[in-house]
Amino acid sequence: MTTPVISTESGVVLSVAAQRAAGLQRLLEVVRSPRSTLPQLDALRQQAADQVMQQQFPTTRDEEWRFTDMSPLLTLALHAPPEQPILALDAIAPWVLSDAPVRLVFVDGAYAPSLSVVENLPASVTVGALSDLPQADDWVAQIAQQPDRDELFTALNTAGMTDVAVVSVPRNIAVATPIHLLFIVTGQQTLATTPRCLVIAESGSAVTVVEEFASLSQAAQFTNSVTEVSVDENAQVSHIRVQQENDATIHMGKTVVSQGRDARYIGHVVSLGGAIARHNLHIHQTGEQTDTQLNSLTYLAGQQLGDLHSAIALNHPHGRTNQLHKTVVGDRAHAVFNGKVFVPQPAQHTDAAQLNRNLLLSPKARVDTKPQLEIVADNVKCTHGATVGQLQADEVFYLQSRGIDAASARRLLVYAFACEVLEQIPVESLRQRLVQSISQAVA
Amino acid sequence: MIRENSDVILSVQDLVAEVEGTEILKGVTLKVRAGEIHTVMGLNGSGKSTFSKVLAGHPDYTVTGGTITYRGQDLLELEPEDRARAGIFLAFQYPLEIPGVSNLDFLRVAYNARQAHHGHEELDAFDFDELVRDKLDVVKMDASFLGRSVNEGFSGGEKKRNEILQMALLEPTLAILDETDSGLDIDALKIVAEGVNQLATPDNAMLVITHYQRLLNYVVPDYVHVMAGGRIVRTGGKELALELEERGYEWLSDVAEATAR
Repeated sequence: MTTPVISTESGVVLSVAAQRAAGLQRLLEVVRSPRSTLPQLDALRQQAADQVMQQQFPTTRDEEWRFTDMSPLLTLALHAPPEQPILALDAIAPWVLSDAPVRLVFVDGAYAPSLSVVENLPASVTVGALSDLPQADDWVAQIAQQPDRDELFTALNTAGMTDVAVVSVPRNIAVATPIHLLFIVTGQQTLATTPRCLVIAESGSAVTVVEEFASLSQAAQFTNSVTEVSVDENAQVSHIRVQQENDATIHMGKTVVSQGRDARYIGHVVSLGGAIARHNLHIHQTGEQTDTQLNSLTYLAGQQLGDLHSAIALNHPHGRTNQLHKTVVGDRAHAVFNGKVFVPQPAQHTDAAQLNRNLLLSPKARVDTKPQLEIVADNVKCTHGATVGQLQADEVFYLQSRGIDAASARRLLVYAFACEVLEQIPVESLRQRLVQSISQAVA
Repeated sequence: MIRENSDVILSVQDLVAEVEGTEILKGVTLKVRAGEIHTVMGLNGSGKSTFSKVLAGHPDYTVTGGTITYRGQDLLELEPEDRARAGIFLAFQYPLEIPGVSNLDFLRVAYNARQAHHGHEELDAFDFDELVRDKLDVVKMDASFLGRSVNEGFSGGEKKRNEILQMALLEPTLAILDETDSGLDIDALKIVAEGVNQLATPDNAMLVITHYQRLLNYVVPDYVHVMAGGRIVRTGGKELALELEERGYEWLSDVAEATAR
């Protein structure tokens, strides 16, 4: 960790630091400029804004940001979203999921009731935008309650949130169909949006949530999202996060999950878009015998940078975690992975497995991977592995020897590599669409 | 089956090939006619596996001399996939695993690539399913193999049977079996050998590369060739295999050295 030394270095260091501070101030102002219709959020917003201003904008000298230079964000001429454009349902048709009939759609950061569908749910289940829900105060009390909420970009989100997508399932209720949360940006301008989700699965309940980020234009955007997931005792949340924004966008994403005793969380993460896309995925175990499955794919081309920083913090016995993170990196793209697993003394009998597999498609493609297991407990089973490789000539030859031409053979192998992750996505229509996206990308 | 006037399928003349600058094949000459089963035997490092890979067009091997003519055509001009479409099939010594691609899809893509090449109609998933189920009997494979990823988690014997299943579907004119018998227990060996015997016709030919005489109890060759030092040093009938079993390879290696001088 490096702290800029102002007194002894040259004036250039001082001015760079000052520029960053000014840039962060501007960023905060843009993010906070859209007014919320919910006065209940004001206190949280203000508190978070104060937290932001106490921090410094990260540089590549910070270990957590070593390979991901966020400074382009400070040079984007960002605008707050103007009045929400009126979209017809046709405009979002490509993202509509036939087997996830309940959906909340946010356009340029604002809830779009005309595009959303909230019906055929058990009466006790809450799905809606905070601005549209009765008793908003009850939900506000549960926002920003997760660990690590003062982290810079998380606080920046809280400081600027105007609305919240809420999914809450009461005790012992299983929601039959997936719930789709779609955040779509239309802007021709460079917009900053602040998507925020709150998912609560009370004890013994079960729900599947699809959280999706997409662009309608090719203009650069800044998306800074935070999703808080609370999986109570013996509940199950299956969470699919898809980031498919345009290749000019800077995407910051935070998923923070708390798992109570016997709770199961299955996270699927597919990251295809963004010029710079960083996802911080944090799991906190608050009871024993939790089960955590993380299954993710990052597919990059051109000059994209895709960064997954995951952290699984165990603190109780008998936890099970299984993580598979795959990347496909083409052209001059750059994939970054940091996978932390904390197994302190109380977390005896933990069974943790982590595997990161990277496929490089071009000599200029780059991967930085850092599995990071910190194990103190002495009676545990923890494994990890990271591989970085290219397509093997022998694999291509095997397919060629069966009459498949070399280009098709390579496509088939890349597709197969990526599909290992996609196959596990439990929402059929979404899986098919992603498989389609990947097969177009490898073509 | 040897017939004097049957078509020449493969004619190899003074073939020289190297891998990473090391010469492995040092002048191989061989002629294979339709209906014939040829066996190539030899010690590890004698060049027999290299020979099979050169025939199939593996990119790691460079041909520096000699010719390979396949049904009157210069084989060395063809890409590996074109050789396959023209009817050459290599059963791999170590078949590769392709996680994420179902065996059924893989077989269909390969089958349809050949169909398209010959201007025949490609089969849709439904019709292909029917065809492949008939072929499963050749290697006594369970239909559940079709839904699994190609060779992933297959035992050694299952992988080799899967190779023979591919061969049954692609109906090659020249089948090259690269140590298909290695590492098989006797039951798996019998299944593979029976598969090979069922697929042998008067119009195709087989080149069976093996380390062990054992396979030849089940697949009866018309010719046995012995490779040593990158050459075929002796050719005989099936009785040569028995002689090798008794006397070992050393006496032939000496012959190879003598002829190299």
